[in-house]
Amino acid sequence: MPQQTGWLPGVAMIERIRGLGAQGVDLMRTLGRSGLFLFGALGGVPRPAVGLPLLIRQLYVVGVLSLAIIVVSGLFIGMVLGLQGYTILSDYGSEDAIGQMIALTLVRELGPVVTALLFAGRAGSALTAEIGLMKATEQLSSMEMMGVDPLRRVVAPRLWAGFIAMPLLAVIFSSVGIWGGMLVGVDWLGVFEGAFWSNMQQSVNFVDDVLNGLIKSLVFGFFCTWIAVFQGYDCVPTSAGISSATTKTVVYSSLAVLGLDFVLTAVMFGSF
Amino acid sequence: MDSDPYISLEHITFSRNGRRIFDDVSLAIPRGRITAIMGPSGTGKTTLLRLVGGQLRPEHGRITVAGQDVPNLGRKALYRLREKMGMLFQSGALFTDLSVYENVAFPLRVHTRLPEDMIRDIVLMKLHAVGLRGARDLMPAELSGGMTRRVALARSIALDPELIMYDEPFAGQDPIAMGVLVKLIRDLNSTMGLTSVLVSHDVPESLSICHFACIIADGRVIGQGTPEALRNHPSERVQQFLQGQPDGPVPFHYPAPDAAADWLVAGGGND
Repeated sequence: MPQQTGWLPGVAMIERIRGLGAQGVDLMRTLGRSGLFLFGALGGVPRPAVGLPLLIRQLYVVGVLSLAIIVVSGLFIGMVLGLQGYTILSDYGSEDAIGQMIALTLVRELGPVVTALLFAGRAGSALTAEIGLMKATEQLSSMEMMGVDPLRRVVAPRLWAGFIAMPLLAVIFSSVGIWGGMLVGVDWLGVFEGAFWSNMQQSVNFVDDVLNGLIKSLVFGFFCTWIAVFQGYDCVPTSAGISSATTKTVVYSSLAVLGLDFVLTAVMFGSF
Repeated sequence: MDSDPYISLEHITFSRNGRRIFDDVSLAIPRGRITAIMGPSGTGKTTLLRLVGGQLRPEHGRITVAGQDVPNLGRKALYRLREKMGMLFQSGALFTDLSVYENVAFPLRVHTRLPEDMIRDIVLMKLHAVGLRGARDLMPAELSGGMTRRVALARSIALDPELIMYDEPFAGQDPIAMGVLVKLIRDLNSTMGLTSVLVSHDVPESLSICHFACIIADGRVIGQGTPEALRNHPSERVQQFLQGQPDGPVPFHYPAPDAAADWLVAGGGND
């Protein structure tokens, strides 16, 4: 324990400010490293004969294996939207509008956002742990020593797979959600099917709603995958380091998705 | 010894996390011979290999491998140079999602455009050389520690490199596996004419196969020469390391405060 003297509180304050500055510098360094990392992975033209099989394998791991959680979550969220929408809208006698409510909610917001959150938890954490473990077991180093760049061989296919898979998963999520909403609204609660679909068709605009939703999911996919692979590549190669990197992936991705969603929504729908 | 060294380190200084690992280290590694680099744990022996392989850059000094200035090579040139190098990592570092066969075939598939039947022949030859042709279909998780290193060795010689670096090849091996590795390192060196660098703290095994040895401690080279010359080295520090004496120039106790301060004063203060 340091002894308290007359001048020490001032020193402690300076120490605290210094610590804050050091954290800021660390953050900037990490951001710089992650930028260079992204550039190193995506720069250059890959050989299709080598890159394509790697990409297809990663699309399977990142995309196809995430399908179960996306489909089940989409179905339940659609069903809940159907129930909640019916309860609220029937108070105003406008339960026929349930179709447009479910579709707009899913396509504009819940589809991209919830898919990205689930993607970060399911595929992002797996990417971080896999790359982190490859680093800890010197597989990345051995690749470098064999004259193979791990950024191109390991990281790039995973990044591209994330960018491609995320919008597709969001589309699947929204479609299954709409179908779940129809199951509850039309088949269970008795909303007229014709009104359900025609209201939806009239109100959902391809450019304003579907395309904007797709852009959102592209942006989320880019950031979630970037965070996941960078955390794995940059982790401290120990069990505690990999565990902390995996946690960071989920936390940072979730915060990034929610923050970016607000910004994108403000730009797309905020009528500025 | 060949007058033209394959690897040459001149006045290398390197620090990590504020700690000086190498302080003005110079070393010449002869072509076509086995050179052992020995030293206590934590002296930066593996770091030395990473400097030679260009994975780390020294703060000062010059490193040349096959006449090329490694720290100043561009990315492409460095990766091309690495195709001439093989490195056997302590853990083996096999790709866990690929079978033994595919692990050995990996560098061939990436760096050559050989037809599949020729790749098969080369992979089986390399696996045969390490005695594991029959293990080709196993996955890395099914291998013992010794077998893992032998597969890694087969993979690192797949492209017939000029240089092979072994990082602690004997650590944690049973006597039979150790004997196998000693034989393999010696045979590969003599049959393929490789330049071999062996980083280890297993003194008897290393001295039994190397042509030239060097001991690093406290960031400096404290002794180097043929195994015979080292055994007769006048330095107490060298002799303590070679004979494994528990006390000597390297003290048994880690630096600690005065014993009286830890026990007597603290004990008295608690009354």
